[in-house]
Amino acid sequence: MKTSSVRLLATLAFGLALAASPAVAQKKYDPGATDTEIKIGNINPYSGPASAYGTIGKTIGAYFKKVNAEGGINGRKINYITYDDGYSPPKAVEQARKLVESDEVLLIFQSLGTPSNTAIHRYMNQKKVPQLFVATGATVWGDPKNFPWTMGWQPNYQSEGRVLAKYVLDKKPNGKIGILYQNDDYSKDYMKGFKDGLAGKVQIVAELPYEVTDPTIDSQIVNLKASGADIFFNVTTPKFAAQAIRKAAEIGWKPMHLLNSVSASVGSVLKPAGFEASQGILTTSYIKDQTDPQWKNDPAMKEWIAFMDKYYPDGDKTSSFTVYGYTVAQTLVQVLKQAGDDLTRANVMKQAANLKNFEPGLLLPGIRINTSPTDFFPIKQMQMAQFKGESFELFGPIISGEISSGM
Amino acid sequence: MTTRIEPLSVPIMALVGAVVVVLLPYWKQILLAIAVAIAIVLAFTLKNFILFQLTLALIYALAILGLNLLTGYNGQFSLGHSAFLAVGAYTAAIMMEHGGIDYYWTLPAAGVVCFVFGFLFGLPALRLEGIYLALATFALAIAMPQILKSTPLEYWTGGVQGIVLLKPEAPFGLKLSSDQWLWIFTVAVALVMYVCAYQLIKSRTGRAMIAIRDNSIAAKSMGINLSLYKALTFGVSAFYTGVAGALGAIVIAFVAPDSFTLVLAIGLFVGMVVGGAASIVGTLVGGLFLLFVPNIAETFSKGLSGAFYGIILILTIYAMPSGAAGLVRLTLLRLMTRLAAR
Amino acid sequence: MELFLHQVLAGLATGGIYACMALAVVMIYQAIDSLNFAQGEMAMFSTFIAWQLLQWGLPYWAAFFLTIGISFVAGVVIERVVFKPVQNESVLSHVVIFIALFAIINSAAGFIWDFTIKSFPSPFGTRELFGQRLISAHDAGMIGITILMLVLLYLFFRYTRVGLAMRAAAANPESARLAGIRVGWMVALGWGMAAAVGAIAGMLIAPVVFLEPNMMLSILLYGFAGAVVGGLTSPLGAVIGGFSMGVIENLAGTFIPYVGRELKLTIALTLIVAVLTVKPSGLFGRTVETRV
Repeated sequence: MKTSSVRLLATLAFGLALAASPAVAQKKYDPGATDTEIKIGNINPYSGPASAYGTIGKTIGAYFKKVNAEGGINGRKINYITYDDGYSPPKAVEQARKLVESDEVLLIFQSLGTPSNTAIHRYMNQKKVPQLFVATGATVWGDPKNFPWTMGWQPNYQSEGRVLAKYVLDKKPNGKIGILYQNDDYSKDYMKGFKDGLAGKVQIVAELPYEVTDPTIDSQIVNLKASGADIFFNVTTPKFAAQAIRKAAEIGWKPMHLLNSVSASVGSVLKPAGFEASQGILTTSYIKDQTDPQWKNDPAMKEWIAFMDKYYPDGDKTSSFTVYGYTVAQTLVQVLKQAGDDLTRANVMKQAANLKNFEPGLLLPGIRINTSPTDFFPIKQMQMAQFKGESFELFGPIISGEISSGM
Repeated sequence: MTTRIEPLSVPIMALVGAVVVVLLPYWKQILLAIAVAIAIVLAFTLKNFILFQLTLALIYALAILGLNLLTGYNGQFSLGHSAFLAVGAYTAAIMMEHGGIDYYWTLPAAGVVCFVFGFLFGLPALRLEGIYLALATFALAIAMPQILKSTPLEYWTGGVQGIVLLKPEAPFGLKLSSDQWLWIFTVAVALVMYVCAYQLIKSRTGRAMIAIRDNSIAAKSMGINLSLYKALTFGVSAFYTGVAGALGAIVIAFVAPDSFTLVLAIGLFVGMVVGGAASIVGTLVGGLFLLFVPNIAETFSKGLSGAFYGIILILTIYAMPSGAAGLVRLTLLRLMTRLAAR
Repeated sequence: MELFLHQVLAGLATGGIYACMALAVVMIYQAIDSLNFAQGEMAMFSTFIAWQLLQWGLPYWAAFFLTIGISFVAGVVIERVVFKPVQNESVLSHVVIFIALFAIINSAAGFIWDFTIKSFPSPFGTRELFGQRLISAHDAGMIGITILMLVLLYLFFRYTRVGLAMRAAAANPESARLAGIRVGWMVALGWGMAAAVGAIAGMLIAPVVFLEPNMMLSILLYGFAGAVVGGLTSPLGAVIGGFSMGVIENLAGTFIPYVGRELKLTIALTLIVAVLTVKPSGLFGRTVETRV
């Protein structure tokens, strides 16, 4: 598997090298790259019920503005074209095709959402256009053998589920687990990892879904308490996570509370839910939370604040999406820097699969980005944390996820 | 009107007049031929991507036509046609994925499945009117994605992940790109269905449908079987929308619960009103509106794209309160009265 | 059995939210004889205004009443500016205008206040009521205010001149006009009142579900459902409908095996359609006679 991918990339690179004329041997371009600019496409939901995520797309745009203002990448300015898909897969297909066929971008970066990315997955790989650092933690994006043009970024949900499962096995092997999950793809991945990690050794007494359209999840929490569970695996998005935390406290249910990292934000979940109700919540984490007071004097965080003030002043400084967008954009810039003057799509993928110990400042100390031609999971490490007082206290070692390509 | 006529223009005008008189009875056929010719020319002049967009717009238009048969011609409100689109799309996708059936066979099957589904839904809905029916259908639109991803159906529907399909290539070794072929295929299907819709409206059945809309009590006293006609109209409407759903599944090559949300249901409704209720050709305008106006709104502002969409919508309704078709009708009417007044 | 009781109480608490919204829905139905799909968004926007006022340091009740006032005026203005030009057009174009308003308000709120959830204070506190943990003080307060609003609206529509005039204008605009009622302004007044009731609903709901631009999306639907099942012409029916929505949904999700927990909304909606086919104008609604 390893050798075949390498060979594939090598052959591609070799073929392109042959095609290029000797006069421009130093500089090689695919559509979307020239001496002066690099065109990067993006798809985000700016309208519709999922428009909260649009913040990511806007933050990335702001970061590229900063990059351009500081001279660009190897002298080239980034031309960032971002379109709205309203979280609808058909629209995502349309926008991806517009980016590739009409705007002729070099690559599509951070297209958001599992459904939208699934819809364009095959198309991007047929067209051999990088679908880079997609904004979803599903495990399917790290499959270089079958989909060599697609790569994820954040720790995938399955590894996170496994890490939490391991913790349960260590600390409370005789507990009873109750799960609340959002009925969509993301939480199913979490639960798969979690259940694989438990290997049936701990009893799950209740698994209750909710829909994003549900106004409240009170009824589910009442049922979870009634099920006798003393471990609560909370696989929910921020609004529902906050509701769950508050409702559990309200009805006097005090289980060991495992919260998925998607919602582990002090400012946008735990504070609205109430600090008192949030004490002791466990989570895994890989990125610094700007609303957590412990990072107040962190130099990278100060840099981020300066960036927000200057380039995205109307952005929401409490939203975790702004930190996320900033860091993922830094990763892309690193890839493009490494690519140098060889801005072909093949080389972009090759460099994306060749990140070595890259450390964006806002990742937790000790967490590094590493990829290889057989490893399309840029962030694999995370650390456990527990909420105490008004911030998350990291504890234990930096853990590497166990999900690798081909699973 | 004109008093001075150039000598030479007389025979030319006579000739043109003669041709017009001869061809006049066939104007529908001629219009169709022109439409086909334009579609074929477009297939070879436009970029693949634009063709893909037009194909989608045409598919939406077909779905809106289904809605219009129900709401525009029969007076039954529906805010839930995304559900029929979903049923059609999933029928096609499941047949292709699990049955290995060729894509073109899925269209009639999707239509029939939707017809039955629509007919059955139409039966209890008979007792509901206006706003109540609108809410019942709205409920259907909300329930559909949840049903599609529910555990009992997961094996067939792929649950939340949906089903990824293969995009068909042109048959018979034709040298066409997949987009060109699907455009021609969609145009052909749409043409047949538009002609059928036209014939249906002009038929006895169509007149009965309209009579029910205009005055159900009077229609009943004229001997029209209200419940049968209303449920049948529901079925036919679902048939049209279901075929559109199947086409959509084939062209997009992916179905998922997230593709058929409320936003789509509302979009179809808006498309129908903007195109013009009770207008067959107007649905084309509706399809184009549904596909392109969000793209236009987006160019104004990312953060406020929804607001711009809303503003465009309001201005559109101010400009043509009875839709594009209504505007055309009104303009023609004014023109005629003005000419007649001379 | 204990679980049953808990679910019923949790259902009543959630049902209080729906009842609040259903009441606002019935309000506007009385005024314009149609459903306003943008009503939830209007309520959400009002709640954001209240939140902003609180951020600026106003005391709770000042912000509360000021918001109601602002919402009332905004409702009247929206009717006069946006809705009046198409007043005489078909219902279809009315619905499209509502959809447009929905899009505009939702998008604007997201643009101004972002999408991060915000906690909104409750005037009753979120502590448990009388030491029991079944229903919180806020839930009880919300139910109380809903019932109070119901009584006030009943009195208003039954005994005041303006209330009677509004009903007349909605039920039969032609005759109302002949009787000297300014129908146009009655409609505007109806919008204003609906916006005000919506604002109260929003401010009561936000402490439970948290404040964010999409908070009303599904609540409005439940409000519609509650109003329809109770009867669009009956405020009392709407309130009862709203409560029963909450309870039925919880019980379906808890006690129907296999499909219940995933399809509780679907089951609740099916029930509504079933009710409607038996009683087309809702449980408490007036039957409208149709004539040729």
